[in-house]
Amino acid sequence: MPERVAIVGVGYSDIRSITPGLSYKEMMYEAAVRAYEDAGVNPRKDVDSFISVSEDFWEGTSIFDEYIPDQLGAALRPVHTVSGDGIHGLACAAMLIHTGRARVVVVEGHSKHSDMRTPAHIHNFAYDPIYHRPLGAHPHHLAGLEMTRFLFESGNTREHCALVVKKNMANALLNPRAVYGARVSLRDVLEAPPTFSPLGELDIARPADGGFVMVLAGESVAGDLAGDPIWIAGYGWCTETPAIDSRLWGEAIYAQLAAKQAYRMAGITDPFRELDFAEVDDSFSYKELEHLEALGICRHGEAGGWLEDGLTLPGGDFPVNVSGGSLGGGHLLEATGLHRVHEVVLQLRGQAGENQLPDVERGLAQSWRNLPTTTGCVVILERA
Amino acid sequence: MTVKIKEWPGTALSSRDIEEGRVLTVRHKLRAEYEWDAGVAIGRYLRELKNGRLIARRCGGCERTLLPPRMFCEECFTPTSEWVYVGATGTVNTFSICYVRWDVVRLKEPLLPAVITVDGASPGMGILHLLGEVRPDDIRVGMRVQAVWKSPDEREGAITDIKYWKPIQGG
Ligand SMILES: [Zn+2]
Repeated sequence: MPERVAIVGVGYSDIRSITPGLSYKEMMYEAAVRAYEDAGVNPRKDVDSFISVSEDFWEGTSIFDEYIPDQLGAALRPVHTVSGDGIHGLACAAMLIHTGRARVVVVEGHSKHSDMRTPAHIHNFAYDPIYHRPLGAHPHHLAGLEMTRFLFESGNTREHCALVVKKNMANALLNPRAVYGARVSLRDVLEAPPTFSPLGELDIARPADGGFVMVLAGESVAGDLAGDPIWIAGYGWCTETPAIDSRLWGEAIYAQLAAKQAYRMAGITDPFRELDFAEVDDSFSYKELEHLEALGICRHGEAGGWLEDGLTLPGGDFPVNVSGGSLGGGHLLEATGLHRVHEVVLQLRGQAGENQLPDVERGLAQSWRNLPTTTGCVVILERA
Repeated sequence: MTVKIKEWPGTALSSRDIEEGRVLTVRHKLRAEYEWDAGVAIGRYLRELKNGRLIARRCGGCERTLLPPRMFCEECFTPTSEWVYVGATGTVNTFSICYVRWDVVRLKEPLLPAVITVDGASPGMGILHLLGEVRPDDIRVGMRVQAVWKSPDEREGAITDIKYWKPIQGG
């Protein structure tokens, strides 16, 4: 049995739509200071390895990981980058501890989206240059395609997707870390200007700047640290296929398979009964419903009805995205997974403020690496 | 060729086939534009360059003077504590005589990048910049140099507000 691993410290830099006053280094430092204080560790002495998740094109600097050590307290220490979502980085940190190579590992992820002047052009660069880019559609058109097929196959409706927007933006109003909280009506969402129909303007999570740092420790040392440990019970990640012309359009198979790995590791057979709540990717409104079904929390085609019946509202049987998600909290590029993990950790510690759910013992965080990817990650976190 | 295959199948392409459009080519020019926020430390550093001055940050922990300035000390992992001006003179730490420019153009007159330890900053701290008014053969590690600034109306708050660093006569 590998050693159990806990998240013993979390910190974030204030999430904003733009952050003109700070460099990405100063932003990361802010998150790091809070995380180390929370865990009671000195990064210059107590941390064995540092991991950053970043993608050079979002940063505008090649080999970006070379720029991270100073502001994390990681100079002259083992450092590497995972070019993936924050939960990829978290899993990597947990595995470093499982192997016995490290006892305390730090994971960092951030978004400095506002540094990009031409984000759509940079995003478009992720598409195939020979047979997709020449068609000239905006990168978000894939979400329109996916939503059409998902609604067609699952029987969920356009109105259900609008309810997701309404719920998450309302949840965000109570969360001081969420930037796009608002009270919107179903009509506001349905009558917003169409973008990549059936998607409208309000169905798409808006980008934000912000960052997270987390400290992970093995069971043998976690007890000696100051932080309130939240245990990592299981994790998994999966990529379907880059083939846009032949991937599964009606369901998120990557999330289903990533969850299967995480559930096996955590010994979960009935996620609805064995989990108390979840933070799932809602970069586009329909994604929350699609992911909830893929995670096996409800059956295919049930997610919209569940929301209609209030089951996934903060007071429901299985609250989803109580934090406000990405629709209410802003999309944070590769830090999106850590954004969700952070909210789950605060819930399990009882530190979620006005959003706090009563009696939560175990929660799930799931991420998706956004368009055009079919990559998703899942992590299960628990109190005891 | 092998025993079985006397001639490889297919048609060889020449550059003319591509130039004359006889085969499909795809060109994608990436428009990746950024406006990186300089932040508190580098923001002030650049403003002071416009004033014709070099500014550093002092760490109260290790008592080093950090140039370029930063709001945190990477050694102590604490916030730095005060702004201090440092001189526009220094010592060549290392240099290279470059006959090829960044875009791979050959140069007759070499570019002279150097790392300069700036007077007033802690040992090993300073600026990567260019040398000027010096014959390449005369450059030495340890040579004393001073900044040559653009005129105040030409300065724009950029690293190029210093034109180059030249040897201090008798230095
Ligand atoms: Zn120091």
